[in-house]
Amino acid sequence: MPRLGVACFALVMGTPLAAHAQEDAPSIDIETGGKLKLTRGVSTIEGQGGGGLTPWALITGNETDRGVGGTVHVTAVELPDYSFLSYGGALGLLDRVELSYTRQEFDTQDVGAALGLGRGFTFGQDVWGAKLRVMGDAIYDQDTWLPQVAVGASWKKNDQSAIVSAVGGADDEGWETYATATKILLDSSLLLNGTLRWTNANQTGLLGYGGNLNDDHELMGEFSAGWLLSPDVLVGAEYRMKPDNLAIAKEDDWVDIYAAWAIDHHVTLTGAYVDLGSIATFETQRGVYLSLQAGF
Amino acid sequence: MRTAIACALSAIFLAAPAFAQTTPPTSPSEEEVDPYTISDANAGANPVAGRDLFVVFHGHEGIGRIVDDLVAQVQADPRLTEIFKASDFVRLRRTLKEQFCYILNGGCSYTGRDMVSVHADHGVTTAEFNALVEILQAAMTREGVAFSAQNKLLAKLAPMKRETVTR
Ligand code: HEM
Repeated sequence: MPRLGVACFALVMGTPLAAHAQEDAPSIDIETGGKLKLTRGVSTIEGQGGGGLTPWALITGNETDRGVGGTVHVTAVELPDYSFLSYGGALGLLDRVELSYTRQEFDTQDVGAALGLGRGFTFGQDVWGAKLRVMGDAIYDQDTWLPQVAVGASWKKNDQSAIVSAVGGADDEGWETYATATKILLDSSLLLNGTLRWTNANQTGLLGYGGNLNDDHELMGEFSAGWLLSPDVLVGAEYRMKPDNLAIAKEDDWVDIYAAWAIDHHVTLTGAYVDLGSIATFETQRGVYLSLQAGF
Repeated sequence: MRTAIACALSAIFLAAPAFAQTTPPTSPSEEEVDPYTISDANAGANPVAGRDLFVVFHGHEGIGRIVDDLVAQVQADPRLTEIFKASDFVRLRRTLKEQFCYILNGGCSYTGRDMVSVHADHGVTTAEFNALVEILQAAMTREGVAFSAQNKLLAKLAPMKRETVTR
């Protein structure tokens, strides 16, 4: 038996195709860059690679499966009664794993005074995230309907523990998990995304986690679509379902329309018109969203 | 026994190209290549439906200009010069034009080699694949092909990443 094995090895190695295989020494150099523009997504307000309000299955950073990449972002949303700011950074590893940190600040402006918190009272929150790509390829698998799928989790900690409990929030920290699927239908220049999030966050956690109406995690659907106008420009819309856990203030689903422009391989600018509905009893919070993302 | 079967199978599999005796058409300016079986299946994708896209690409002339532009840019692009440094560009231009024409349903036959064997030795990475996509996009844009039509060709080529990217 061993002799047959050796003979077989010799025979196979002697054939022309196998000779080529021998030349490819495996190499694992770490590289940066290589993704096509826009295919790392932009940065969500919670720091993940994705759209503006909902994560996508794409991994942030310009790296391919041979490298590392990263992005930093700053996002501002100006609403009639509030202003929101988020900034943070994310790392992409081998186009497989994404690790992110984002700081959120929600300035209540005059509402703060009206509620007796003081003018310009600001809720702050730290958001830590991890995402793992589990199957499929949104970009290259154009011969199948199967999307790229990723699963992720975030852990969030709100600064304003006392106020969170005063409004009826059960906790000042919380976690959520999600599964997200992204498909680019190149044939029609479309990008489609669906996310299922398991969460009990009130206004993404800025008003705490769980509350007097409901304390449990619930499944929320989030959807986005985009139309590629050029290699550099994607326009589209997003919809994000939200829990409604607080007795004092009804919470609405979120909607937006957006345009993202990859100025080059490093910088992407996103503008959107968002409708965040009612926030802490102040109705019709519609406004402008602007985000700058830079990465490698 | 199992070793013997595996051995026989791998020997047959690996020796198979040697039995393919069809000789490809070569113009005098092209280098000789090892014999292989000519088949449209080597193109790696089925043609699109209808003739519209071929027209949007400006037919044989348009595809010709796009491929000439592509091959010229590939030679100039520092990300790709190393990989293509030993290439037969006369043959590459001819086979790429045939392949694009075939996929765009322009009524051509593809006479080149299949995507796996022709790329097996080049150790192409995803980043290099994407570099080629960018060069092709620029060439199609210069030819005046609308972005939405470009994507219909790219949709056919994208799955070939599995055959061409080996690293
Ligand atoms: C969908 C993507 C691709 C298609 C459709 C394609 C098509 C072709 C064709 C038709 C040939 C010639 C076949 C023949 O001679 O019989 C070829 C050869 C070759 N391709 Fe590609 N290719 C693709 C991707 C790539 C990429 C990403 C690279 C490297 C960056 C690459 C590098 C080469 C090289 C080096 C040759 C050999 C040229 C020679 O030795 O003369 N290809 N390719």
